[in-house]
Amino acid sequence: MDLFEYQARDLFEKHGVPVLAAAIATTADEAEAAATKIGGKVVVKAQVKVGGRGKAGGVKLAENPADAREKAGAILGMDIKGHIVRTVMIAAAAPIDSEYYLAILLDRSNRTFLVMASVSGGMDIEEVAHTAPEKLAKIPVSAVDGISAAKATEIITAANFPTDVAAQVADVLVKLWEVFQAEDATLVEVNPLVKTKDGKVIALDGKVTLDDNAEFRQPDHEALIDQAAENPLEAAAKEKGLNYVKLEGEVGIIGNGAGLVMSTLDVVAYAGEKHGGVRPANFLDIGGGASAQVMADGLSIILGDKDVKSVFVNVFGGITACDAVATGIVQALELLGPKATKPIVVRLDGNNVVEGRAILNKAAHPLVQQLDTMDGAADRAAELAAK
Amino acid sequence: MSIFLNENTKVIVQGMTGSEGTKHTRRMLASGTKIVGGVTPGKGGQVVDIDGHQLPVFNTVAEAMGATGANASVVFVPPKFAKAAVIDAIDAAMPLVVVITEGIPVHDSASFYAYSLTKGTTRIVGPNCPGLISPGKSNIGIIPSDITGSGPIGLVSKSGTLTYQMMYELRDIGFSTAVGIGGDPVIGTTHIDCLRAFQDDPETKAIVMIGEIGGDAEERAAAFIAEHVTKPVVGYVAGFTAPEGKTMGHAGAIVSGSSGTAQGKKDALEAAGVKVGQTPSETARLLRAILGR
Repeated sequence: MDLFEYQARDLFEKHGVPVLAAAIATTADEAEAAATKIGGKVVVKAQVKVGGRGKAGGVKLAENPADAREKAGAILGMDIKGHIVRTVMIAAAAPIDSEYYLAILLDRSNRTFLVMASVSGGMDIEEVAHTAPEKLAKIPVSAVDGISAAKATEIITAANFPTDVAAQVADVLVKLWEVFQAEDATLVEVNPLVKTKDGKVIALDGKVTLDDNAEFRQPDHEALIDQAAENPLEAAAKEKGLNYVKLEGEVGIIGNGAGLVMSTLDVVAYAGEKHGGVRPANFLDIGGGASAQVMADGLSIILGDKDVKSVFVNVFGGITACDAVATGIVQALELLGPKATKPIVVRLDGNNVVEGRAILNKAAHPLVQQLDTMDGAADRAAELAAK
Repeated sequence: MSIFLNENTKVIVQGMTGSEGTKHTRRMLASGTKIVGGVTPGKGGQVVDIDGHQLPVFNTVAEAMGATGANASVVFVPPKFAKAAVIDAIDAAMPLVVVITEGIPVHDSASFYAYSLTKGTTRIVGPNCPGLISPGKSNIGIIPSDITGSGPIGLVSKSGTLTYQMMYELRDIGFSTAVGIGGDPVIGTTHIDCLRAFQDDPETKAIVMIGEIGGDAEERAAAFIAEHVTKPVVGYVAGFTAPEGKTMGHAGAIVSGSSGTAQGKKDALEAAGVKVGQTPSETARLLRAILGR
């Protein structure tokens, strides 16, 4: 899960990373009140999970509370690359002397953690990495050892930070490691990390990505989910414990195992090229050992998607038993009754396939048809969606 | 021959007394795997009867190895306790640790992987993987043993169900070993590790490599193939239709910006001379053509 800037800022503050006073506002009134409380000049910043908001006019300096009100009014509701601004952050303004870059992230390629540090902060770091790679220090961090004060000093020295800020930046890095580890983050980025005119080092803008697998030991993270941005079908699926992603096509997909489901989406898209460009409508993995109930839940979510014209159930029974899947389909259709109106193409193979196919044959539901192969079934489902 | 395991591999099950552990111990026993015991901290000294096999339970992996001579472990411990279980196995210098558990925080897997490197005595497979099978010899994990028999194909895959699908497509030919390496961002054994082992395994005549979106493991594997693999390799990559920034089931299956795309992986593999199928069935046909079957 990617966080908003203000959520990242709050996590920084919680772990002692120096940040500026700030508050969030969802209306112009709230923005004015926040600016009054903070006092002096403030910056009004659009809260969107996309880069380039400054260029889009989503960050404005305000001279006083009345000005903050006006600027917030203009920014709230703005569309930045398809993201509607619902919240602004009002932050104290700081006179900036220098801008740096500091990040800790998971380096998948090398299966370790990595610090990236640069004295050329403020701009797009991918740009720096591309045009002046010598200005971006990349230093691996062992997941066992982490970042001690000594390791932080070593990194800051390697990245050529000026001596007058080196100690402060090293301290920030140790605290960012604490954020990274304590919050189960996969990315903690500060850009820019600034030196103010009076020589203080402050995290001015931040980006944090949290590991969804750590939910069980991070009870506070649930409150950070952006409910407003959740697709209603995805939210409904999540409530049922289903692994579902809404896409923009017409063929509803249910399968077992992430790899097979991804493959099913692709195979349907290829087949769809012959049928007027029909595409998969969703990703839905019912997982290993799926029960009839899970199948029924999945089918009802997909049949509730108004974009869906046909459904493709593609199961290879490893642990999952095909008879349980077939029973789930039959039960789901009984439950849905006349609400089920879309054709369902089923391809079963593997564990208990003979029993599974027999159950569907016996039920002989008019909406259900079985095919023997994945490619053949994908083609039929695409054809039915094109009609 | 086979890679990483054989008919003499003695296996202990970490988490054997839990419901998943018991269920899969039963399945592994049924497929001929030499299961010699289990580990559940606090339950040491018990003996569990699974389908007539009297299996001793130990508190630690070191005790289990000492008493049974086990040289492989399979982990069915829930995410919350998985790190401790794997560290226990590494501390005991267990040569092979297969982590089936899904949903382990990446800080934990990065940590036990880094720890295994400092010790240098343990190969980790997974986490979030179906394990590995050498049909007719040994089966460590949850791969169904009745899909196919032994044969000349080596298979390495990030995905469990695509492993089963591919074994099914090529069931008349058979496999030397099929390894499900897992779909997490940090895994202990990579495509490259398996490709190297298959290249060195005389029984393996051709290799199927299955990848998916996320990371750059397939690109790295392509570079490795170009330089070190002389046996024929066919490939398949899943996730061409996955949108940017969305996790597709596996924690590691995510396209970030322009990196980790299926097209990029396919291009890299093809540039290395690997034939890449558009569907699993087409991939199987490409392999048949190579073997002339």
